[in-house]
Amino acid sequence: MSTSELDVKNAFDMESKRLSIKAPEIRYDKQGDTPDEERVQKAMLHFVKDFGTAAAAYLDSCIHCGMCAEACHYYVATGDPKYTPIWKLEPFKQAYKREASPFAFFYRKFGLKKKVTVEELEEWQHLIYDSCTVCGRCSLICPMGIDIASLVSTARHGMFKAGLVPHELHAVAERAEIDGSPLGVTPKVFEERLEWMEDEHDVEINLNKDKADILVVISSIEIQKYPAAFAATAKVLNAVGESWTYRSDGFEATNFGLLSGNLDWQRDISMRIIDAAVKVGAKMVLLPECGHAYMALRWMGANMYGKPLPFKVRHVSEYLADVLNSGKLKVKKVDKSVTFHDPCQISRRGGATQAPRDILKHLGVDLRELPNGGDYNWCCGGGGGVVTIHRADELRYKVFKLKMDQVEATEAETLLSSCANCRQNFDDCQNHYDWKYTADSLLELVADNLQEEKA
Amino acid sequence: MDLLELARGPVIQIAVYVLLIGSLWRLLGILFLQQKPDFSEPRQAGGLRGALKVIWTRAFTAPVFKKATVYSKVLAYTLHIGLFVTIFFFVPHIVFFTDVFGVSWPGLPNNVIFLVGVITVGVALALLIRRITHPVLRLISNFDDYFSWFVTILPVVTGLIMPIRFGVRFETLLAIHIFSVALLLVWLPFSKLAHTFLVFVSRGTTGAILERRGAKT
Repeated sequence: MSTSELDVKNAFDMESKRLSIKAPEIRYDKQGDTPDEERVQKAMLHFVKDFGTAAAAYLDSCIHCGMCAEACHYYVATGDPKYTPIWKLEPFKQAYKREASPFAFFYRKFGLKKKVTVEELEEWQHLIYDSCTVCGRCSLICPMGIDIASLVSTARHGMFKAGLVPHELHAVAERAEIDGSPLGVTPKVFEERLEWMEDEHDVEINLNKDKADILVVISSIEIQKYPAAFAATAKVLNAVGESWTYRSDGFEATNFGLLSGNLDWQRDISMRIIDAAVKVGAKMVLLPECGHAYMALRWMGANMYGKPLPFKVRHVSEYLADVLNSGKLKVKKVDKSVTFHDPCQISRRGGATQAPRDILKHLGVDLRELPNGGDYNWCCGGGGGVVTIHRADELRYKVFKLKMDQVEATEAETLLSSCANCRQNFDDCQNHYDWKYTADSLLELVADNLQEEKA
Repeated sequence: MDLLELARGPVIQIAVYVLLIGSLWRLLGILFLQQKPDFSEPRQAGGLRGALKVIWTRAFTAPVFKKATVYSKVLAYTLHIGLFVTIFFFVPHIVFFTDVFGVSWPGLPNNVIFLVGVITVGVALALLIRRITHPVLRLISNFDDYFSWFVTILPVVTGLIMPIRFGVRFETLLAIHIFSVALLLVWLPFSKLAHTFLVFVSRGTTGAILERRGAKT
């Protein structure tokens, strides 16, 4: 399918506070024309196929204590038991018991677990996609230590193969695979935006250098909505004196293959960055302020590649903390109170929780931690692809109230984050509630307060 | 062969074999599934160290979740400790274990065990009521949850009624008690009760995978 055909099929909505395709007039939440029976088979087969010891151990260990509900923003905000995290896996748990568990033959022979129907899977699409941001908070409350979030990701693999992905999420993922960007950022658009920022901010932004120590990538959300990220990144890297470059053949950091559950697309999308990095001989790929990009490349990239990556992968906050701690970069003191929203995939799931705190210390701000923030932070509610899905809007706004209470409790002047997807969700919810806060970029705060070397 | 001989002999023996073979089968069935290697550059040591860490740390509740889970957790811990004490510190049980394993340890007075048994049953009832009435638990519960509850608490109940007798011969009551234990042993490996050993596998798995990322466990 060509780009222009995709444009007609699913036009983008670039006017909204959050970026997605326009709300579809007719929803196609079922892809292809596979017969129902076959869909179920495919869903289960591919769920079970990816099964390793980890997933099996998890599904076999659940004691149905229900505590995970108390950690989930969807359950806490609505009180609806269907949002209990482990319940979101119910059809898949049944499939596992029937098809792959140690006593599968037993379950099948005596019909102890009934076959899952396509109607059930369609109902569960809402639970697997619309109401799970894969934030992993539930994984921390489980007394059995089950990583429920990883199971949802595995379930998405099955759902994608069955052609049961929400319309918008499928559309943007398809764009990412075909176009190279979920939001229509072709290499040409990318270069235009980059040059525009170069002029606008009067900063040199390296593009398509043959060799560089650092390959820098960016999120389409930033390119379309927060292009100042280009300039901020360049200012910092130039100030440190790094050898770095953006590349037109590998600039997109987001990975909607991962979010939608298509492993092949996930691999294709990651390989664009990996190939570009190998080509320029990069020692490091610098990831932008984007949560799932960190999960996709930092923790899953090498597994897509099939061997260890020949370069390091770092989130920009980790890089900033590093150069500030080592004195390679110096910043001015910023006199204001701030609070920080930890993006789930970078902090709780990714392990880089300390980095933003180090940065904020160097900036000398009055840091007011969110109550129960840090690793236990409430998700913004827009992650995991949820923000793209129009029919999930009402629920997303409802859930966001938890976030509002949490932020307001700090009485900080400014809210910062280090994920463009969180930021667009904050923007959209700010607009919806006419709220006083939205999330600003941590990177931009650093870039705006660099200490001039000559001064 | 009378009822007690039957219970003490072949029934409990078969039950133990089913327990061991069933548990081993279930454990190996899980562990023999292929786990793909993780090629990502680790932030810190994961592996066995991470596994052991989370097996230990997940026994405790993070402060942020305390309020929401305190009721279930107090009940659940009481149930587990109650079972442990009644199984391993009742003098006649110790005599049995000494017979089988050749080691002995001091027991607790019978009236203490009786009291602990009563508390255990009470707590189990409270947990059952919660399972039936709480919307989340009611939704996610299945036959396994209720039957496992039943077979867990049955040996405690059959043990507690022994001194009361109800005019039944002691030998008969003891046989019934042993039958109920056999049922528990046979059911355990095939049910949620397998968390007796699976808890180490699932916590360990999370520890091994997430600790190497430095992610929150």
